[in-house]
Amino acid sequence: MSNNDHLLEYSIPQLLRWRVASSPKRPALREKDFGIWNTYTWEDYYDHVRKTALGLQQIGLKRGDTIAIISDNIPELLFTAIGAHAIGAISAGIYQTSMPAEIAQILQYLKVTAVFCDNQEQVDKVLDVRDQIPNVKKVIFEDPRGMREYMSDDWFIDIQDLYKLGEKEHAASPDLFESLVDQGKPDDPCHLCLTSGTTGLPKGTIMTHKNYINMGVKITEVDPLEPTDEYVSFLPFAWIGEQMNSFGIAMATGITINFPESVETAMSDLKEIGPHFMFGAPRIYETIRSEIWLKIDQSYWLNKLLYNYFIQVGLKAASYKMTGKSMPLGLRLKSWFGTQIIIRPLINQIGLMRLRRAYTGGAALGPELFTFYQAIGVNLKQIYGQTEITGIAYMHRDGDVRPETVGKPLPGTECKIADDGEILSKSASVSPGYFDLPEKTAEALEGGWLHSGDAGFIDEHGHLVVIDRLSDVMHNNKEEMFSPMFLENALKFSPYIKEAVIYGNKEEFVSCLINIDPVVVGKWAEDKGISFTTYMDLASKPEVAKLMMEQVLDVNSRAEKEHFKIKRFALLYKLLDMDDGELTKTGKIRRKFVQEKYQNLYDALYDETIDTKEVEASFQYQDGQSNIVKTSIAFYTVKGV
Amino acid sequence: MAHLNISDVTLSFGGLKALSNVDMKIEPGLITSIIGPNGAGKTSMLNCISGFYHPTKGDIFYKEKKLTHASPHQVSNMGISRAFQNLELFSGLSVLDNLLLARHQNLKYSFLHAVWFHGKASRVEAENRAFVEGIIDFMELEPYRKSLVGNLSYGVQKKVEVARALTLAPDILLLDEPMAGMNQEEKEDIVRFVMDIQKEKGITVVLVEHDLGVVMDISDRIYVLDFGEVIGSGTPEEVSQNPKVIEAYIGED
Repeated sequence: MSNNDHLLEYSIPQLLRWRVASSPKRPALREKDFGIWNTYTWEDYYDHVRKTALGLQQIGLKRGDTIAIISDNIPELLFTAIGAHAIGAISAGIYQTSMPAEIAQILQYLKVTAVFCDNQEQVDKVLDVRDQIPNVKKVIFEDPRGMREYMSDDWFIDIQDLYKLGEKEHAASPDLFESLVDQGKPDDPCHLCLTSGTTGLPKGTIMTHKNYINMGVKITEVDPLEPTDEYVSFLPFAWIGEQMNSFGIAMATGITINFPESVETAMSDLKEIGPHFMFGAPRIYETIRSEIWLKIDQSYWLNKLLYNYFIQVGLKAASYKMTGKSMPLGLRLKSWFGTQIIIRPLINQIGLMRLRRAYTGGAALGPELFTFYQAIGVNLKQIYGQTEITGIAYMHRDGDVRPETVGKPLPGTECKIADDGEILSKSASVSPGYFDLPEKTAEALEGGWLHSGDAGFIDEHGHLVVIDRLSDVMHNNKEEMFSPMFLENALKFSPYIKEAVIYGNKEEFVSCLINIDPVVVGKWAEDKGISFTTYMDLASKPEVAKLMMEQVLDVNSRAEKEHFKIKRFALLYKLLDMDDGELTKTGKIRRKFVQEKYQNLYDALYDETIDTKEVEASFQYQDGQSNIVKTSIAFYTVKGV
Repeated sequence: MAHLNISDVTLSFGGLKALSNVDMKIEPGLITSIIGPNGAGKTSMLNCISGFYHPTKGDIFYKEKKLTHASPHQVSNMGISRAFQNLELFSGLSVLDNLLLARHQNLKYSFLHAVWFHGKASRVEAENRAFVEGIIDFMELEPYRKSLVGNLSYGVQKKVEVARALTLAPDILLLDEPMAGMNQEEKEDIVRFVMDIQKEKGITVVLVEHDLGVVMDISDRIYVLDFGEVIGSGTPEEVSQNPKVIEAYIGED
């Protein structure tokens, strides 16, 4: 294992320069455009960063200024961010799905002076709130399509023109850029990362160069990566999960970052690249598993037969692999044979064949999903951390994957459990604090430890177990504690359930609202010959309710304590959605909001005399129109609870 | 000087007059819409322009050239291409193949070049693909590049149909009800593309459409047909105040 601690002495642009010196011609970035993968070498990367940096300086960006980035993942986004870092400015990512009002709020709060947008969609949002953001001097855009009419306004600048400004400046003073890069220090702030905002307006977490690089160096001490490895960039850049890869891991290891053609093609581009490692929220892994199941289901009988046999073998082998025990010879042979004839061709179809390690984080993933992935030879591991500790601080080690835990701390990370059960961590990747929020900073970093706000404990193997948000733990009316998230996850482990909302705080029993998975349940209904039209229609079928009853009974049968059992449930007539404010940008439930919005359903859940109820569902379409539909919703009581 | 000059065109099938004495001028760089109730002769007009029908009387000129009796492929070679109301795609081919195939007339290399796929053949094919990729990017069809057209949703197929017409790099694009059978969101999508086709590519658009809201929003000029006759024309404001048009659409009181 090579020691890369010397990399911690660099700022991100300095580390980029170091990469150029050591491997100028290796591919650093690759982007699919017009159907072809185009490569940027480390040298090209640096050239683009230089012209962007000097161009930014020409349009008035100064040391300490902030530039916001609202963009899908494209190389220009990294040029802009690292270009800004090179001149001592700070980048900040904003989710592409943000609404104009939200963007205005964030731009005001972070005192942003320039914005980078990838296309007209984002530019229009910024334009919408132009009068509220007097600080923003320039809006840079990448895709000139639809921008013709804006060009007369010098508030906007095409990135190509920015490049030209930068090139001209470089020609005039060739040493300027290098001297700017030299001024960077590892402990300077370089990026403001928005926390997901499960509670209120997002906070801007200040990240330093060292935060990212330390994280990249430490994670690869545990799981080494080769410079020839490939990574596909499809997570939103505003999320720490993407930054830690592009700023941290890629810089620390020299891997190639691949940018998909568009958000919609990410899955097929993943297949073309065949990445060596990937990182994603649990949803991605759930989607991929559903895809595998569908593929097998639509395949012919021999494939099905082989799959059904060898997946069982794989599952058995996985239980050995995950605990690092040695397998009996017979099982090893069978598992090897199954891998060769069915499993490898199957995962090659999805693009996971070269994958050495896959990480999941952000929320809990079902234990059988872990075993499933391990069974098909994908080394899926849990990671845990907060934005404030650069995303990853705890991780499973190879051969020691315990699905119920989040693994052990990374090298250099200290862990402590506070008296009230809160998880506290300390490492070189901990952020210096929040932008302009000294009180929140003091609260989060009290006593020099990062306060996670999560309740947890360390088990007998030294693994950290996360229970739930400290503030989210609920108590029933007998003051018995339970974790709604834990129960929701137990439900979501069923392939038929997409989302679940558990209630029961200060109530006599636990109840829930269920979102069926439209793809899997739709396929199931098709196979059973049940006809349906919309999601609302499918969710109201009595056959579907029966299927859900089986899922709930299954969860109840595995409940560790009697008061964990779900007594009443209903199937919600619409999918919980980010656009309706029911989920956060990272797909977590906004519990309070959802409870208030569906108060009438909540009341009916706790009134056992109600079987069905007429409700008015209001839908908001993307163009702002809304529509009210009347539907009746049925409530089911589980027997024996 | 009008791009496309339609003068006194009459089209009859036996005793039935589908179009009678129609005069239209399609100006370059604008979106011109033809509207009218069912059976008013809108599609017949497009068929006359694109050479599927030949007018019984009258003439159609395109940049001084007479195309009254030209055949569809001659019209297409002159730079007028058309997207059909009922999709005319190869449903067993991928989106990419459909689009590549539409450009077959631009592929000019010899049989021997084709056999060895070398020299001119590979160069021309590569240029052809690059051109088609430009259209795929423009119409945002990247996720469907390799999908069979028959497996795609109706809305996407409509987009492919428009893309196919665009691969001929036309001067004039005839769109026959591009929004028929679409939901609100898909309609908005197509409207954006129609406007981009005009603004970004500078293509003259002739639009036949039922959705009056869309037509009034995006057209520069409108012709209203009823029973094969032009009963009104002008800017959207002029047309919407024309009593004859109101009568044709809402009926007499």
